Amino acid sequence: MIHALLVQGLQMALVLAIAPLVTGFVRVVKARLLRRRGPPLLQPYFDLARLARKEAVLAQNASWLFRAAPYLIFAATWVAAALVPTFATGLVFSWTADLIAITALLGSARFFLALAGMDVGTSFGGLGASREVMIASLAEPALIMIVFTLALVAGSTQLSTVAEHMLSAHVGLRVSLGLALIGLTMVAIAENARIPIDNPATHLELTMVHEAMVLEYSGRHLALIELAASLKLTLYLSLIACVFLPWGLAPAGAAPAVLALGMLAYGAKLALGGALLGLFETVIAKMRVFRVPDFLGAALMLGLLGTLLLFVSRSF
Amino acid sequence: MPALFNVLASGRIRPDHRPWLRAEVDAALWCALAQQLAEGRWTLLGLWGDAGAVHMALLDATGGAVGVASLACADGTFPSVGRLHAPAQRLERTITDLFGLTPVDAPDTRPWLDHGRWPVSRPLAARPGAPEAAPYAFLPVEGEGLHEVAVGPVHAGIIEPGHFRFTANGEAVVRLEERLGYVHRGVEGLMAGASVAQGAALAGRVCGDSTVAYALAFARAVEAALGVAAPERAQWLRGLMAELERLANHIGDIGAVCNDAAFPRLLAPCAVLREQVLRAAEAGFGQRMMKDRIVPGGVTADLAPAGAARIRALVSTARAALPELISIYDGTASLQDRTAGTGFARPDLVARFGCGGFVGRASGRGFDARRVLPYAPYDALTFAVPVLDGGDVNARVWVRIKEVEQSLGLVTQMLDRMPEGPLGVDLPVPGAPCEGLALVEGFRGDVLAFVRLDAEGRIARCHLRDPSWFQWPVLEAAIEGNIIADFPLCNKSFNCAYAGVDL
Repeated sequence: MIHALLVQGLQMALVLAIAPLVTGFVRVVKARLLRRRGPPLLQPYFDLARLARKEAVLAQNASWLFRAAPYLIFAATWVAAALVPTFATGLVFSWTADLIAITALLGSARFFLALAGMDVGTSFGGLGASREVMIASLAEPALIMIVFTLALVAGSTQLSTVAEHMLSAHVGLRVSLGLALIGLTMVAIAENARIPIDNPATHLELTMVHEAMVLEYSGRHLALIELAASLKLTLYLSLIACVFLPWGLAPAGAAPAVLALGMLAYGAKLALGGALLGLFETVIAKMRVFRVPDFLGAALMLGLLGTLLLFVSRSF
Repeated sequence: MPALFNVLASGRIRPDHRPWLRAEVDAALWCALAQQLAEGRWTLLGLWGDAGAVHMALLDATGGAVGVASLACADGTFPSVGRLHAPAQRLERTITDLFGLTPVDAPDTRPWLDHGRWPVSRPLAARPGAPEAAPYAFLPVEGEGLHEVAVGPVHAGIIEPGHFRFTANGEAVVRLEERLGYVHRGVEGLMAGASVAQGAALAGRVCGDSTVAYALAFARAVEAALGVAAPERAQWLRGLMAELERLANHIGDIGAVCNDAAFPRLLAPCAVLREQVLRAAEAGFGQRMMKDRIVPGGVTADLAPAGAARIRALVSTARAALPELISIYDGTASLQDRTAGTGFARPDLVARFGCGGFVGRASGRGFDARRVLPYAPYDALTFAVPVLDGGDVNARVWVRIKEVEQSLGLVTQMLDRMPEGPLGVDLPVPGAPCEGLALVEGFRGDVLAFVRLDAEGRIARCHLRDPSWFQWPVLEAAIEGNIIADFPLCNKSFNCAYAGVDL
């Protein structure tokens, strides 16, 4: 019990500590691919520190919701990120929370972000919120379908169980898991406002989705939202790593040496995921807003197909 | 004799106007010209005010001739051209803002440049008035489910200021209305009474990315007024600078258009190539943007052999780099999906507005001042004017790509055949008022310069007309039916000037 609590605490601190690093790493990868030197790896930390020191400027008509939303968004995302086994399974929380809970936590974070975007009443906030909800209305069902696929394979929606099942010898190569991996990657790209759905580096207010909703935020509020966005990216990378690359995950009650090995493996997985994301974002242009439903519709179909295949036969 | 000159000949022809023709016309002929403009017989090149008069520059495309009609406004009014020919409307509103002359029966009487924040109103009129601030009414749009999105003049990125008022139904744009004038610096007021040298410096600062085109247009207008010609070597060096400017801007634009589709993979190599052009320009002429290198009478910087070698090296670098850039552009399906079919500029609108540059040439209007009204050194050089009829963002990118290839050829030809000789001539003192007009092809399109000098050779009136005057309104039409999120891409593919229009 104490071991599980320790691992859980370590994991919560770890995701929070490395989330900005993941964002910074993706930025460096993209810059290097474009032959730019790019910002320092630790720049997101400097940005957060700078924002935290700055005064938070609020619009005159901002309601309590606008001030509360950053804390709610950050808390929900952090909890969700803490539920994903990063370097070790056997977390304290994992018996009460699972993939569906993670989906719900992220959904409520987005709900508050969209509300906050509309709260001040600027046209960009409304524009961003409407686009975000359009994307979410397709991304969430797709994620749920993928969760069902995994649950049918592993017999549980609980991530530690899924990871342990994936490590066992009798999983093998499965069509449904391949579909789920592609679908989950597509959802992750959409959920994290990456190219081709959204451009995290854009300065064109008319094309923004995520950035348009947070345009009115400043100071510590913006720092929390930025940190939550980094956490979300880390969460999705960890989720894909945990389900599809579970090697190196320390089992429950493992010795410190095994835990350290798990951390090393986790770092390597994040680096691989970040590098692939940077590469993918470099070779593709952003798609038209109204093509997004096609993209996410494909993810939804993949999830659905995976589930249906498993109903036909458990061997797919 | 071109048909336009026959029509203008019934007015009083000014003997002191060069190189084409300016006639003082009566109100009846003015209205007839406006009617013929609306019928598509001429293309409007410019409409500008003066002390108690208005001037209208017309292009007779079939005859390759430019004529100016001038109407004295005895009671401070003149018959509206915009009433019959929409491209004149913003120009008329500008005349009212600057000179207080009123177009009669104008369809749009709102101010354009004057936002009520100047210390005086009608600053160029004989008697300026007190500032007048009135709320600006945007055009009304009615319908169910419509909402307005106001963008700018301060943007999230560091770009020039302009206000865009979208009326949208969800994401679909129903109407876009532009409001410009935020960077009005009063260039025409500063020009009045300035020496020719000061005027050349001012003209080079109207629009930073077109400094060569503006300085060239101004210099050619002054030289036309004084009846002198720059020495041959100076003319060729000017041509070389103009093509380097075109190269730098087109290459930069190709990357920037792609970047607005979130595709920095082309922005990065294009930015590198553009930087190489600017460095070659610095090596050749001592200044990256070649600012203040062209003056009336000639040029101030000679091209050293080392500089020429540097520019030659640039041409071979660019020729080597281009095929790969083109294949990335053409071979990326996700990028083509964004540019093809987006922001269609209708050929009939483009022809009516007389859009120059890549906006016109991507929609089938093949006008190029270097070809239609050839000036040295282009009359002695071989080049093609690429014309496409796609009219979308993709076509505007392709026109730029093809023009880059043509400009590289022009640079090589000019370096090969660069004549020797002096760099400038001394400008004579005119002794009597005189005036000149020039039309020069900048990277955006044709820049018009009208200069009138007084007897001592100081500038009495100078008007510089940016090509974007006739491109901005077409952008409003091109975005209709597109989605809001595609506007930055369309806007970048037009790349209209803010400073050049706000003047």
